[in-house]
Amino acid sequence: MEAAFSVLVGLFFAVGIYLILSKHIIRILLGIAIFGNAVNLLIFTSGRIVRSTAPIVPQHLDVLPAGAANPLPQALILTAIVISFSFFAFILVLAFRAYQEIGVDDTTGMRVAEPRGEPLPPMGY
Amino acid sequence: MGTGAQSLTFLALLLPFLGAAVAPALTRVFKHNAAWLLALLPLWMFIHFAGFLGTVSAGGTIAGGFDWIPSFGVRFSWFLDGLSLTFALLISGIGTLIVLYSGGYMKGHPQQGRFFSFILMFMGAMQGLVVSDSFMMLFVFWELTSITSFLLIGFDHDREAARRAALQALIVTGMGGLSLLAGLLVIWNITGVQQLSDLLGTGDALREAPFYLLALVLVLGGAFTKSAQFPLHFWLPNAMQAPTPVSAYLHSATMVKAGVYLLMRLNPVLGGTAAWETILPVFGGVTLLVGTVVGIRQTELKQMLAYTTVASLGLLVMLTGFGSDRAIEAAVLYLVAHSMFKGALFMVAGLIDHETGVRDIRRLGGVGREMPVSFAAGTMAALSMGGLPLFFGFLAKEEIYAALTAGSTWGLLLTAVAVTGNALMFAIAFMVGLKPFIGARGDIQKKVHEGPALLWIGPLTLALAGLVSALASEAAHHLVSSPMASAVAGSVLEVHASTVPHIGLPLMLSLVTIALGVAAYLLQDRLRDAVAGALKAIGWGPDRGFDQAIRGLLRFSFVITKIVQNGRLDIYLTVTFATVALVLLVPMFLYGELPEMPSLPGLLPHEWTIFAIAVIGLGAVVYAKDRLTAIVSLGIQGLAVALLFMLFGAPDLSFTQFMIETLSVVILALVMTRLRLSPSDHRPAGEKAVDVIISGACGLAFGLLLLKVTEMPFDATLSRFFEAHSLAIAHGRNIVNVIIVDFRGLDTLGEIAVVMIAGLAILALIRVTTPRKDRPEAAGEG
Repeated sequence: MEAAFSVLVGLFFAVGIYLILSKHIIRILLGIAIFGNAVNLLIFTSGRIVRSTAPIVPQHLDVLPAGAANPLPQALILTAIVISFSFFAFILVLAFRAYQEIGVDDTTGMRVAEPRGEPLPPMGY
Repeated sequence: MGTGAQSLTFLALLLPFLGAAVAPALTRVFKHNAAWLLALLPLWMFIHFAGFLGTVSAGGTIAGGFDWIPSFGVRFSWFLDGLSLTFALLISGIGTLIVLYSGGYMKGHPQQGRFFSFILMFMGAMQGLVVSDSFMMLFVFWELTSITSFLLIGFDHDREAARRAALQALIVTGMGGLSLLAGLLVIWNITGVQQLSDLLGTGDALREAPFYLLALVLVLGGAFTKSAQFPLHFWLPNAMQAPTPVSAYLHSATMVKAGVYLLMRLNPVLGGTAAWETILPVFGGVTLLVGTVVGIRQTELKQMLAYTTVASLGLLVMLTGFGSDRAIEAAVLYLVAHSMFKGALFMVAGLIDHETGVRDIRRLGGVGREMPVSFAAGTMAALSMGGLPLFFGFLAKEEIYAALTAGSTWGLLLTAVAVTGNALMFAIAFMVGLKPFIGARGDIQKKVHEGPALLWIGPLTLALAGLVSALASEAAHHLVSSPMASAVAGSVLEVHASTVPHIGLPLMLSLVTIALGVAAYLLQDRLRDAVAGALKAIGWGPDRGFDQAIRGLLRFSFVITKIVQNGRLDIYLTVTFATVALVLLVPMFLYGELPEMPSLPGLLPHEWTIFAIAVIGLGAVVYAKDRLTAIVSLGIQGLAVALLFMLFGAPDLSFTQFMIETLSVVILALVMTRLRLSPSDHRPAGEKAVDVIISGACGLAFGLLLLKVTEMPFDATLSRFFEAHSLAIAHGRNIVNVIIVDFRGLDTLGEIAVVMIAGLAILALIRVTTPRKDRPEAAGEG
């Protein structure tokens, strides 16, 4: 099963990165969302995969029965999902505002912070 | 030495820094008169160190200290022998006078408190430098003198010339400091000791080591930059941008001698070799000639003195490297004499400038009547610098000639250099110390009168000290010169020079020097024009070279910045992801760490379906023709991931993922419909191909990595811990939730903080708008 997940994770990464590399801010945003899923699945798979037994201690037991899913990657991913969503929301608004201010959706045209043809720094002391 | 004396010495080392801390407050209360109070600190230090004279002149040393970084064997330890003690006395003694002088010179300056603070900090650094025993401490104080010198040269920081001079001094001496550090490390490596006092006992170990030359060159790199040896001398004349008290203290009497101190200190272990006795006299001799010749060309009082300081440092280096006991005695005498007369002359020059407002030697003259005390101090200092009998400079010069003429042909050449240099210095000494006071009235606008006591106490004391120490030469030699010369030579030396002239070759050479000097003084205008013409013909100097080097560095870093920080996001991202792919793939192939070919996974049909949905969602995002399709497709792959979480034992993840994906789609739809943007890709196929290769390589790399990881045995220790303790100590059955809210509760707090900060940032982004007119014409709808 891990093999199938590995292929899927590779595909998620490839699509995410492909979209991020394109210069349109909207596609970059979509790519980042997919990239986040790719990372989450990567963590999930590397903690090994078990079918359909959640890491919850049953009422009549004191410890988790053998064969349940690994709780640790799940805890990590839960945090990661929330943080990547905050991040996504932030850059979404950032891209929106940037488009409003600059009027281009192509990152090659976004040169406010690092403008083209910057002059030499002052040569004095 | 008892603990009481030990802690007093430590206090003496610490005191200037404490003084620096309170100086601004004191100056606020007492104005310039704070100088009287602050001068008590160095005075007390002087008295404290003078108390060691008895022990040291009897051949003893004083050592003390404590562990600083015991794990590295670094100690904070001090060591006083004749050499250190003489320096310590010069620093604290002249320091006392300089603090008083600063009180008068900087009177009314709005930043006088800061000035006192810097001067005292420098004093502490210099004091620490000369009494340091451990290498580490020596290096730290060495660099501290460079930094305080930077602060003092750039004191008038609103002038560009001052900023340039400060930066130049910092760069040159800072580089030298690094060289010294490397040199000390090499010495430590060779000998295995990191205390100077231990090093002096290692005999020939350094001289015979294969890396001797490396250690020597690195140490000389430190000494020559600090002591302004040609061709690294240029920072010193520029340092005259500093207020005159600084020039008198740092750039003549103390800091620039740190390099000479280092050479003298290491002479017993590094000296005596062919390399030592060639490099030092050659560099010293050239520096002496360059300093005096360029000095005679200057018209500004401080510049003239600065170049003679360069020359004097050259003379000291030359003598230190000459290789005879007599030369060391001469160097010791000249060093002490120079500190007194040059400090005095600088202060007189500052006094003249302060009272007349004129620094140009051609415009000065005839103010002796109005400024009798300055006149006396200046003339006495000039007499000492000129090496005339009755003054300490005379002893030094007699000893120099006696030492140099005792050598071979090599010595004769150096004698000629010394005579030329001394004659020109003689001329400059009287140009500064005598000419402004005699002759016809110069072109002076101000009403001239004698400066206040704060201003003339310093120069007069130093000038008189040059006279008294020569008259009481036996006592001076016993207490200072002989112990210092012994420390430099590494064996017991007795200095005997006295003011009574003895008929002999040295006296003849002195007479020649004086004759040449008088001639140079009388012909000063013609000499000045000749040298100016010659320098103009050369046209280039290390000072301009420094500017060229700095500009070159700026241009170079500008070009580099343009390449690595070109402002194009797609290039940054391409480089980043290409690097990621290479870093993951190359080692995998190189070291044969590729995963094994997996067997066909045994997934159930409904699981295959969800995999397929995810893949379709991904493909649809890439190929979407309009906004809505892209957003919906994004939702499809997100929901497929949520389903996968649910099927493989992670219901919590699944719920969260469902909510997040739904929210993402809703927000995206809200925002995207307000922008007239096309999500489809209109780029040329070539650009896309590159992206496909890079993203494909990254995908392949992550896939292979994950496959390899899952083929390795799994270490479940951490998971076992949480599983075993979740119910037992945290009383929760849902282990994932227990980890999040209990075991890793603080992480979750951090996560909540991140969400909150992102929310605030979003709010700020939405609320902040710029005026409409700032936007480019092509702006879309708001």
